[in-house]
Amino acid sequence: MILELLTYLLKFIGIILLQVLVVDNVELSSYINPYIYISFILLLPITIKPWHALFLAFICGAFVDALSSTPGLHIAASVLLAFVRIHYLRFATTKEDTESRITPSMSKKGIVWFVFYCFSMTLVHHTFLFFLEIYGFYEFFSTLLRIILSTLVTVMMIVVGQLLFYNTKISNG
Amino acid sequence: MRNLIFFIYRYHVFFIFFVLEIVAFIILFRFNNYQKASFLNYTNGVAGNFYNGVSNTQEYFNLRRVNDSLQLENARLRSQQITSYYQNNVSISSINDTVYKQQYDYISAQVVNNSVTKRNNYITLNRGRLHGIEREMGVISENGIVGIVMNVSDHYSTVLSLLNSNCKISAKLQKTGAFGSLVWDGGDPRYARLLDVNKHVPIKVGDLVITSNFSTIFPEGLPIGKISDNSLDAGDNFHTINIDLFTDFSTVSTVYVIRNLFKQEQQALEQTLPTDKK
Repeated sequence: MILELLTYLLKFIGIILLQVLVVDNVELSSYINPYIYISFILLLPITIKPWHALFLAFICGAFVDALSSTPGLHIAASVLLAFVRIHYLRFATTKEDTESRITPSMSKKGIVWFVFYCFSMTLVHHTFLFFLEIYGFYEFFSTLLRIILSTLVTVMMIVVGQLLFYNTKISNG
Repeated sequence: MRNLIFFIYRYHVFFIFFVLEIVAFIILFRFNNYQKASFLNYTNGVAGNFYNGVSNTQEYFNLRRVNDSLQLENARLRSQQITSYYQNNVSISSINDTVYKQQYDYISAQVVNNSVTKRNNYITLNRGRLHGIEREMGVISENGIVGIVMNVSDHYSTVLSLLNSNCKISAKLQKTGAFGSLVWDGGDPRYARLLDVNKHVPIKVGDLVITSNFSTIFPEGLPIGKISDNSLDAGDNFHTINIDLFTDFSTVSTVYVIRNLFKQEQQALEQTLPTDKK
């Protein structure tokens, strides 16, 4: 249990550092702002208590906010993400998943399930985030383009990350 | 009462979600309204220390370029030195200068964090309250303007970059003196847009755009950029002008913060004006 907590703490620190030190500095285009830190929230165990997930999302968003001088923006988006995730997982998981306490990862649920899960969650997060950032609908189509491109890149990065770090587990299972 | 507690318990996830979102929005709006939030300054300091460490490492990779720009600046300053002028007048008298009084001070600072690809970009500087920086001071680079100071902690300050949807800067065309407001529309970080220039004003590609004398933030006449193209839709009263910015936001590293010594005087005077707001 302690070991599990420690791994999650390390994952948390690692993914936020990766976000603010590497991904935020990759200047692809002003329409591509991937936010991979949400994979921390996406990969929380299925059986985690809902309010734990919400508070973790809040803390995660607060850290990203503090490091990118956008107070409140990422908190709002990631708390929404955690809330939507709870309801999504209620429908998209089986009883066996809940009993074996898995994390919703690619190695456990397969690539199609994972990509769809990842894509829909990221879309929710990015839509909320980018419209909140511009705060209004007056640049609707450029924001929409920004959402779609960023979502695609974020999903791609998370999937590639899964392939890199969980490779052995896939070949075993 | 029991029913109420049961109801809350049953939907506690939704209530927690709701409360957390409200907290997030409170933080968000405080910040957007430019109100002082003390914890904001705190996170500003922590993040500033963090980015200072990062930037100390990154600075090594930029040394050559920084050197080049400093040498250029040195050369320019050297050419303005008194010794590089030919002494033309014969009688020298020292006078106590009452005609010119210094209005603007410049505080140099290093950029420790910066972004250009987001819709709302911010810059963090390694100078803060202890060095005399206050909110709403202008920030310029050696080429042109950069942004406006937004939050200040003891050793760091965050700057609202020109590349931000909340940033509007009063600008004018050097030739005609026509005013407009400068905004960034979220595309290419090399270009911004000048709005509200009336259609009767003649516009030529290549004209210089400078800061206007309307604000207490920037002195008049600082270079911003030059006009790269413009269009005038039929039935539209205002030009749409694209501006090629002089400041290269993706490489900006040394900046100067402008302190207006007369700002308080001007604002105190303007506050005594009767306002229509009731």
